[in-house]
Amino acid sequence: MSNKHVISLELNGDAVEFLCEPRQTLLEVLRDILHLTGTKEGCSNGNCGACTVLFNGRPVVSCLVLAMECEDAKIRTIEGVACDGALDEIQNAFLEGAALQCGICTPGFIVQAQALLDENPNPSEDEIRFYLAGNLCRCTGYDKIVRAVQAAAEQRRAATTAG
Amino acid sequence: MKPFEYAAPRTEAEAVGLLAADHVETEVLAGGTDLIGLMKQMVVTPGRLVNVKEIPSMQAISETSDGVVIGAAARLEDMAEHRLLTPFSSIGDAIVGIDSQQWQAQSTLGGELLQRPRCWYFRSGAGLLAANGKRVTEGDGRFHAIFANSGPAKFVNASRLAPALIALGASIRIMSPGKEDAEVQTLPLASLYRTPRDESQRENILSKGQLVTHVLIPHPQSLANATYEVRHGSGPEAPLVAASAALQVQAGLVAKARIVIGQVAPQPWESSEAAESLVGRPIDLVTAEQAGQLAVAAASPLKDNAYKVQLAAVAVKRAILKAAGLPTGGF
Repeated sequence: MSNKHVISLELNGDAVEFLCEPRQTLLEVLRDILHLTGTKEGCSNGNCGACTVLFNGRPVVSCLVLAMECEDAKIRTIEGVACDGALDEIQNAFLEGAALQCGICTPGFIVQAQALLDENPNPSEDEIRFYLAGNLCRCTGYDKIVRAVQAAAEQRRAATTAG
Repeated sequence: MKPFEYAAPRTEAEAVGLLAADHVETEVLAGGTDLIGLMKQMVVTPGRLVNVKEIPSMQAISETSDGVVIGAAARLEDMAEHRLLTPFSSIGDAIVGIDSQQWQAQSTLGGELLQRPRCWYFRSGAGLLAANGKRVTEGDGRFHAIFANSGPAKFVNASRLAPALIALGASIRIMSPGKEDAEVQTLPLASLYRTPRDESQRENILSKGQLVTHVLIPHPQSLANATYEVRHGSGPEAPLVAASAALQVQAGLVAKARIVIGQVAPQPWESSEAAESLVGRPIDLVTAEQAGQLAVAAASPLKDNAYKVQLAAVAVKRAILKAAGLPTGGF
């Protein structure tokens, strides 16, 4: 007997439907069913933040969310950050500032930084460090990541003022 | 994870009906930050999961003539920002301590209060009591109980919000399956917890089908309150020890006090000795320090966790000073 259910949601702005079992997490569905492998699996118990996605605008660790909970939700993943093929300010700032080494934690950091800058366009260094505390990086030592988020915030503010 | 059925009811009564079904093991799914991990480890293996986050009546934070009512499915992030909860800085202190924005956005109040113990023997499948407590006493018990640990239960209650809420006099609304309709009762939050005597018991009094739907905090009556957590580092991990204080101060003297310590016993640990020592006296470094010492006078540490006695004394002292708006001397 199949125990699969149809789930419909909005993923990076597109309507998506998939079949899943109740025991499948959002992370498994994203990677293994929808083949969006940008979201990474790190610790699988919610401590590292590598699998962070936005669930109705809130950052969540997708390894601890069941896909069944996502019916009618709006999900945004790292694949939905770039706009029309052009990198977003945060992605650019991570590249320019060499704010990554192995890259496993990077999608989670970028999605989390999106949530931060949507909520607070001008965060202090303390606020950035606090907001990103649920994302772990074993390579960079965090300083370059914090500086990249500061640079991206500045660029976004300049773009808003200019526009 | 073991396969299970999933349900997302829209009413409290429907949820209780689904949870009470006697042919299947059931669990309440709230934020999932604790339960999904336990299910992945096969430590908890329900046959049915009932998601209570879609129940509108359990999401709201509102005010009644008795106080502030918080739905058990309210998110911690929403609580941290809510104007009705501004007088309760002890709650805000504990939420900010959960150093992960994702966990704050995902976790609910009910799930936070009812999260399972962080004891590593329990989490590795050795059972809540870990061979009648032997695994802890013979193994590594660094993070285990320093109070009420003479029985088989050596774990510590994991909730970070329970000490703050108990000190504020909070109560909980529980819905239970009835013969015809669901029944409702209100209990002090402190009585939700128990110290299990054998593996058939959990660390709370809820029986099958019972659901905590709301938490009520009585009106503040100008209570000065704060939580102080002693932490090992940053991140969402539980603090080593935490203390919450709620003080009613009149004309510079304490009229009433409640002090509750977290992470030190199988239940949130209320110290009436510490609270009583403050009554009729002003809050200063001397009275706060005395209260801290009295709070740990009856501690009975295990072989690996004597350090927690000192941490608990300091946490109590600093929670009291912080509640009174005085410098704590800590971080």
